[in-house]
Amino acid sequence: MIVYVPVVALVAALWPAIPRSDRSAPIATLAAAAATLALCFIAVASAHGSGELLVIKHWIELDSFGALLLTLIALVYFTASLFSWGYLKSERRPQRARLYYANFNLFAFSMLCIPLLAEVGLVWIFVELTTLLSVLLVSYSLTSEAIEAAWKYMVLTLLGATIAVLGVLTLFWALHSGGSTDFTWSGLRDGASRMPPALLAVSFVLLLVGYGVKIGFVPLHTWLPDAHSQAPSPVCAMLSGVETSVVLYVLLRLRGVYATDAALHVGTWFAVFGLLSVVVAAVLIVRTHDYKRLFAFSTVEHMGIILAAASIFTPAGDVAALWQMLAHTVTKSFCFYAAGATLLVTGTREISAVRGLLGISRGAALALLFGGLAIGGAPPFAAFLSELAILRAGIAAHAYALVAILAAFLVLAFFGVLWHVTQMISGRPEAQRLHPRMPAACALAIVLAAVPVVVLGLWIPADLGRLLESAARILGA
Amino acid sequence: MSAILTELNALVLGLFILAAISMVVIRQIGACMQLFILQSLLLAASAFLLGASPLSWHLIALGCVTIASKVIVIPWLIRSLVPAEVHRRRELSQAIDVPAALLLSLALTLVGYAFAQHLARSAPSLSSGNLAMGFAGLLVGLLLLAVRTEAVPQLLGILAMENGAFLAGIAIAPDFPLIAELAIAFDVPLLAFIVGLLTRIAYRQIGTTEVGALSALRERAP
Repeated sequence: MIVYVPVVALVAALWPAIPRSDRSAPIATLAAAAATLALCFIAVASAHGSGELLVIKHWIELDSFGALLLTLIALVYFTASLFSWGYLKSERRPQRARLYYANFNLFAFSMLCIPLLAEVGLVWIFVELTTLLSVLLVSYSLTSEAIEAAWKYMVLTLLGATIAVLGVLTLFWALHSGGSTDFTWSGLRDGASRMPPALLAVSFVLLLVGYGVKIGFVPLHTWLPDAHSQAPSPVCAMLSGVETSVVLYVLLRLRGVYATDAALHVGTWFAVFGLLSVVVAAVLIVRTHDYKRLFAFSTVEHMGIILAAASIFTPAGDVAALWQMLAHTVTKSFCFYAAGATLLVTGTREISAVRGLLGISRGAALALLFGGLAIGGAPPFAAFLSELAILRAGIAAHAYALVAILAAFLVLAFFGVLWHVTQMISGRPEAQRLHPRMPAACALAIVLAAVPVVVLGLWIPADLGRLLESAARILGA
Repeated sequence: MSAILTELNALVLGLFILAAISMVVIRQIGACMQLFILQSLLLAASAFLLGASPLSWHLIALGCVTIASKVIVIPWLIRSLVPAEVHRRRELSQAIDVPAALLLSLALTLVGYAFAQHLARSAPSLSSGNLAMGFAGLLVGLLLLAVRTEAVPQLLGILAMENGAFLAGIAIAPDFPLIAELAIAFDVPLLAFIVGLLTRIAYRQIGTTEVGALSALRERAP
């Protein structure tokens, strides 16, 4: 069953090749995304029941950590497909819209494969594919800025991928020197204690830097605000909401391998990179002038928070880290839909150029306010509970400095986001300007995307709670 | 590995790093591409030499795939996607001048060499020279990427880095499962295709292929 999860997206990617499929391409994409989500739920339920789902041993496997990621990707794929439908309604070049849908589905395919793969080398290939299959989506609008953003995104993340491939090769060398050739997540964990420390250390640094570029840790983040702000909003939701999380998932999987060598100080590396990202992103959130960049910086911040939580190395810290990943994905994708709706009705990304949004489009304004509050971590939204859980896990582990820095900059980022958002929605709109209405599909996507943001802030379903705990056990193993 | 093969491999490795350094200092975009083709051929040659005795079909297959993708497919892709006018161009606005680039390349080669010597002591590999020149090739490729602003040399920088990684890879992970072949056969030409396409888009839409010099997107001072 789970093999079909990415295949559906692949089929949808071929759909726009059919002549005169201009009208059916968005529907095919939406149908594929809905089918993917349904298949995911079924696969996750069975993976959950049996602990682990093996399809082809050593190649395709799904455990609860992978299942969590798979569901998140499918969820955003679905809402982003719906939002795309409305977002591209005004596209007057049907050929380009078809290319968009083909590329969009391929991008989803590459991400859906990653949690299903057990072979670390193949995972690397698919991480590189996520870049290659999303570059032309970033440059979609063909403006000078979009092309610049796409170029920076491509060059820097491919540079990271090349550094990571040497890390992967060195890790294999280390595994092989320890007498094993089982280059899977479980094989690595079992063979970690026999690996030569020098090789382990080198591969750790290469993989942390290589994958870190793609995740967007400071100071490797410079491409992220450009790409995540210039791409069409549904693509931003995929890039910011899940692509970064997927690569972080790969890094977190490797944490257990490197933690076997205490001399590597994996926790310290994670804490330093994580906190640096939180601090710098919080300051940039306050200073930014573009509301899509605002949410992109918030992604850097959230990746930092998750990494900092993973640096605590306690079961509670691990659960909190994965919870934050979940909260980030559902909330950030929502924020980019809100930003996309705002862009559709105002035509500008400049914060200072948007005033009185409440008078221009009540829907966009409320969505933006809701998104701002939710991503900032205000109660009663999902990110509030997860951030609180991280701080509590930190206090329980006596990591007071980490908790203090995190808390201080979380508050700064919260006020930064809200300050910009309230400026945009309040005030008097520019007089006598015609503003287009928000398309119905976009409004529906916003409403659907809001559901998990609210629900997960009030109540964690028992099954989801168990999935998080089981995933955290795998992370901590 | 017999002495003669080891000697030959050492010669290939020397030429490999020389090709990498020449790519940094040469300014003609077309010549830079020729050097990349030469460097890829040398990577394939090293795979053949390491795979000759004891015979390793894995490495020989890797060498063949490298030739097919990096010597034939990728140059063809770049030539057909990027306008011919760009290939004839000389890049004058390099970030640093030739002597400085040469000096930096040499320093990076030494760094790669020292680093690999340190690593080679901790575990056996087919050839410590490959590891050293692979690391050095990766670093020099990074330098190429950093000093150029034109699209094609930047792409060649990424590909040269990849060549460096795989030159080390064939010595440290000769029986690597599937990935190397798959990556080279499928991933790398796709990479060249996408980068070439974006270069073409940039040329048509904004009239320049000096994409590394674009700098409209940045945080302004408040």
